[in-house]
Amino acid sequence: MTATDVATRRPGTVRPTRRPGHPRRVRDGLTGWGFVAPATLIVLGLSIFPAVWAFLLSLQDWNGFSTPEAVGFDNYREMAADPDLGGAALHTLLYTALFVPASVLLGLGLAVALNRRIVLVGLYRTLIFLPFVVSAAATGILTTYLFNPQFGLVNNVLRAIGLPPQGWLEDPNQAMVVLAIMSLWGQAAFTTVIYLAALQDIPAELTEAARVDGANRWQSFWHVTFPQLAPVTVFVSIWQTIQAIQLFDLVYTTTRGGPLGATETIVYYLWTSAFKDLEFGYASAVAYGLFAVTLAITIGVTIYSRRSTVGGF
Amino acid sequence: MTVLATPTRPSSSWPPSDTPAEEAPHSKPRRGWWHLVLVPVALLFATPFVQMFLTSLTPESEINRFPVRFFPSELTLDGYAKLFRDTDVLLWTSNTVLVSLVAVGSHLVLCSLAGYGFARLKFPGRNVGFFMIIATIMIPTQLLMVPTYVMFARVGIIDTLAAAMVPWLASVFGIFLMRQFFLSLPVELEEAALLDGCSRFTTFWRIILPLARPALATLAIFTLLSSWNDLVWPLIAINDPSAFTLQLGITNFQGARRTDWSLLMASNVVATLPLIVFFVFAQKQFIATMSFTGVKG
Repeated sequence: MTATDVATRRPGTVRPTRRPGHPRRVRDGLTGWGFVAPATLIVLGLSIFPAVWAFLLSLQDWNGFSTPEAVGFDNYREMAADPDLGGAALHTLLYTALFVPASVLLGLGLAVALNRRIVLVGLYRTLIFLPFVVSAAATGILTTYLFNPQFGLVNNVLRAIGLPPQGWLEDPNQAMVVLAIMSLWGQAAFTTVIYLAALQDIPAELTEAARVDGANRWQSFWHVTFPQLAPVTVFVSIWQTIQAIQLFDLVYTTTRGGPLGATETIVYYLWTSAFKDLEFGYASAVAYGLFAVTLAITIGVTIYSRRSTVGGF
Repeated sequence: MTVLATPTRPSSSWPPSDTPAEEAPHSKPRRGWWHLVLVPVALLFATPFVQMFLTSLTPESEINRFPVRFFPSELTLDGYAKLFRDTDVLLWTSNTVLVSLVAVGSHLVLCSLAGYGFARLKFPGRNVGFFMIIATIMIPTQLLMVPTYVMFARVGIIDTLAAAMVPWLASVFGIFLMRQFFLSLPVELEEAALLDGCSRFTTFWRIILPLARPALATLAIFTLLSSWNDLVWPLIAINDPSAFTLQLGITNFQGARRTDWSLLMASNVVATLPLIVFFVFAQKQFIATMSFTGVKG
């Protein structure tokens, strides 16, 4: 670290009179940048720099080897008319519609259930939070096994209770549902933790007052507690939507877009365009399109929630 | 997909409080019927783990067979034996350990330095620099995949472990976390040290950093989880099996050994068990980390 031996400002002491101001400024600058420069360079070099580069790539036709050809906004025009991308957008939408409300409700429910002093609550919490550490690769293998149509546990349970076994990941109508279920399993901990923290920030007097006024538990939850959680609900909804729109890992480790393209999401399509078809320019355009949509959703929801009574986010 | 996060508890202070469930003054203790909800839910969440461990210990002959049994008639280590004998899983594990060690080490050093700089030092360009770093939160990972790949190719680190390490050397989350922590410390501590003639760096290293252990623990867990479970960066940059990470290796198994379930589950255990053990022992820090990020491998 170059800043190590740089002498530093001592508050309250008299500074040397020799050329006041200027050398100290340089010294402070060196010390400061000495501290922050390595991390700053890495972070910016791996985000803003490639993000700008991606935009330039999106204006080119390039396979990574040939000479890039400038094509203006052709890639974006092509996007608008690409039926495969449209399909991928629909699949992503389906997954988002399945996953986001379910994950928010599950997180809320689990937080309410775990937010009490009962025996074994620590054990329940551990079991419910544990899937959070499981990687997408491991979840993928588990999913394929549990939902295997022939010998998987899920179909065995269905058979045992007299229901017909399902195709699950091999059925185009069900594959996305399976992915949503396993994502819930892996990510319930996140929404639960957020709601748990929020529940504890609610002053106990509020619910007590409601109870005194004659509300039952259910009423005091829906009319007092739940509105207090509104900012958190907005936050986790946005957050989970962004996560859902970017679904890739679990698709890659389970269906690879199948069956019959039913689980091909936008990011999976982007990945295929870039690293299978080597259409770097087109893939970058898709990435920017997705970025714009994500940004619009975030801004839209934030403005909407500021305007309505939800507030405070 | 991993996303660098903003603080997720707008109304709470940092560091996060103790394990949450214990304090709920308005709920009467021991309301037994909550167990009726929680027992089935907890069992449901545990089932995939039970299946993973049991299947990894089940003889191959009992797996694809009817009637299917939940518990095998005998337990065997055949799956593990095959895994370690026939595949490069040990190499991939050591690759992943190496990647995670570098990532955690680099994160702890670089992010605490930067966090301290942005929190406490006054220097030209500080606010602009910090603003730019925070602004990068908006940039999603998939936007970076293609140019990062091209960049890695130009630098010549495709098919090397460096490609898996570089994305985890430092992060917005880490810088932000450490800055928030250092801002919460009373400034008198370091002023005393500075008056005693310590340099900025010595003050930081001797006085401030030892106080930052809770934040460093959160940061270490975040980095460990992200780098250990990362799939996207190794996937785009590494094709050479000798540079595979564990996650990349077991993902590849799915194509190559799709019916060898005891081996697949054994590899799953190898990839997951270290984090499970770690989670059980450092649950409080994990929860703090989780509530600060949306990270999920």
